[in-house]
Amino acid sequence: MIEVGAKPPTRAPLAFRAGMLAPGVIVTFLLILFALALVVFLAFRANDGSLLGAGFTLRNFEAVIFDQLNWSVMLRSLVIAGLVTMATVVTAFPVAYYLAFHAGRRRGLILFLVTLPFWTSYLLRVFAWKVVLAYNGVLNSALVGSGLLSEPTLAFLNTPAAVVVTLAHAYAPFAILPIYVALETIPKSLIEAAADLGAKSWTTFRRVILPNAMPGVMAAALVVFVPTVGDYVTPALVGGPSSTMIGSMIQAQFGKANDWPFGAALSVAVMLVILTLVLIVRTSDTRLGRRA
Amino acid sequence: MPNEVLLRLEAVSKRFPGGVVGLDAMDLEVAPGEFLSLLGPSGCGKTTSLRVTAGFETPTSGRIFLDGRDITALRPFDRPVNTVFQDYALFPHMNVAENVGFGLSLRKVPAAAQRKQVATALDMVGLGEKISARVAELSGGQRQRVALARAIVCKPRILLLDEPLSALDAHLREHMQMELKRLQSSLGMTFVMVTHDQTEALSISNRIVVMNKGRIEQVASPALLYDRPATKFVAGFIGTMNLLEARLVGRDGATLRYMSGDLPLELSADQNEVSADGRAHTIGVRPEDLVATPSAGLATVPAKIESVVFHGRTLRMHAQLISGAPVIIDASRQAAETAFDIGDIVHVRQRPGANSVVLKA
Repeated sequence: MIEVGAKPPTRAPLAFRAGMLAPGVIVTFLLILFALALVVFLAFRANDGSLLGAGFTLRNFEAVIFDQLNWSVMLRSLVIAGLVTMATVVTAFPVAYYLAFHAGRRRGLILFLVTLPFWTSYLLRVFAWKVVLAYNGVLNSALVGSGLLSEPTLAFLNTPAAVVVTLAHAYAPFAILPIYVALETIPKSLIEAAADLGAKSWTTFRRVILPNAMPGVMAAALVVFVPTVGDYVTPALVGGPSSTMIGSMIQAQFGKANDWPFGAALSVAVMLVILTLVLIVRTSDTRLGRRA
Repeated sequence: MPNEVLLRLEAVSKRFPGGVVGLDAMDLEVAPGEFLSLLGPSGCGKTTSLRVTAGFETPTSGRIFLDGRDITALRPFDRPVNTVFQDYALFPHMNVAENVGFGLSLRKVPAAAQRKQVATALDMVGLGEKISARVAELSGGQRQRVALARAIVCKPRILLLDEPLSALDAHLREHMQMELKRLQSSLGMTFVMVTHDQTEALSISNRIVVMNKGRIEQVASPALLYDRPATKFVAGFIGTMNLLEARLVGRDGATLRYMSGDLPLELSADQNEVSADGRAHTIGVRPEDLVATPSAGLATVPAKIESVVFHGRTLRMHAQLISGAPVIIDASRQAAETAFDIGDIVHVRQRPGANSVVLKA
């Protein structure tokens, strides 16, 4: 007896699967891997003013490594990004906690409000902070008006602190969402079990909720830290000269300085530094063994 | 009613937002050292009564006493009771020893004593060798045991168990039932267990509380619950029961004579106080208390067999009496040697000495 319906079901699904994979493959290879390869390639080229440079050389990396300025700007970028990450995670956690445990029926509305800043351009939001922090801005007017200051201060705008505040505000939703998801997936019975075994609210938070939320906190920290290290728009607009970050330097190489190979080498160095940091955090994270 | 009372619920009601009634003026007394089961279908309030006792829910009204002390307002961490959760609720970021030691560490027990008590508790549930295993490495049955150890190590006045065995497969469940029973009697601890499985409740409890719609239907020992269910609901929930509408037609010393259509039923008078008001009563007759014979006899009514199901030692027949009432009859396989078949007409009577009861609505 011949079974009619028993044709091997591979042909059509194969084409279908290839079709489904294609967009992802194209984006990954053309837009990410190719672009990345181009940067790495450029980093090893000598600058002769042409688009792809001429000849292979290690000069660019020498310049990156032996110029003290690169390292101090790099360090400053890491410190600012670290401060932004801390500020963002610390302020995002209570919001995420409220969303996960106390928001009730308002949860949908608050989640929507959290994503609301994305509806306006990033540049507009930075300029809004300029308006708030400027010499004759909102903050100074309020402080002078309430008598806390006798005259406006310059201490707000054009400082590293302004960069931290602006970036922390901009990245808050990116931090709130992963922490919220991590808190939300903690079974309520774990919290009840802790109380049942004698833990008061603070102990439950410290010994049960926080350890189980750590994967989300780590994800939030990475999502904030990695892009802020390379940010150059924010320091340029609200940071002033003392908060030049590594992104500004790279941008200058591709712009005013017109030394693409050196800019590429600087980019590669930054990527390596961030990669090292991420790997350290990840291994320490798995060693802590959160969430089986 | 128990002589000594460890836990007392006094008219405890719980209404959830949206008007759902979890508990409706529940009164219950639990004696020290007993294994009490709360049995009922989902939504009957059995889990709510457990959660109210643990302190996870605050009753809308009523009071809860433990050792004579009003604990209604106490938070869970201030109550000397511990819970074994349905999903075990083990802390995934801690290993077995840390899980079991959690309660002790909060009670500021010295580290050495903690280690000893954790090891003892784990030995008691037969998991001594898993002391440093991660939770993720454990099977469902092992997690169950860790959850048990974590609760009993705190030496609670009452151990509350919320459907503790429902996630285990049938074989393991039966084994764990015996383990629970053994643990309870060797510790002399009071266990209050929620279950929807009547077999489980019948096999390990000292007393069973049957609940329905937030109220208690009956509190009794397993045997009494099976032999003398008080209400139709209990009769239907514990084992299988034929519910037959019948009228009292006479009294013969210690025997009450009823007629359900043409089927005479005899009930013992000392356990069924019923006034001869002529109204129809519901009589509960167990399937094993009905006899089917191929030929008509005294006090039999004809019935048509609709299905025959093999039940191991017995055959279970679903039949329809000539009055139209459906009945379930259990016949031993020897007695059924004549091979009852679907469509056959058999003659049904009540087994002499049967333990049939009058049921309240």
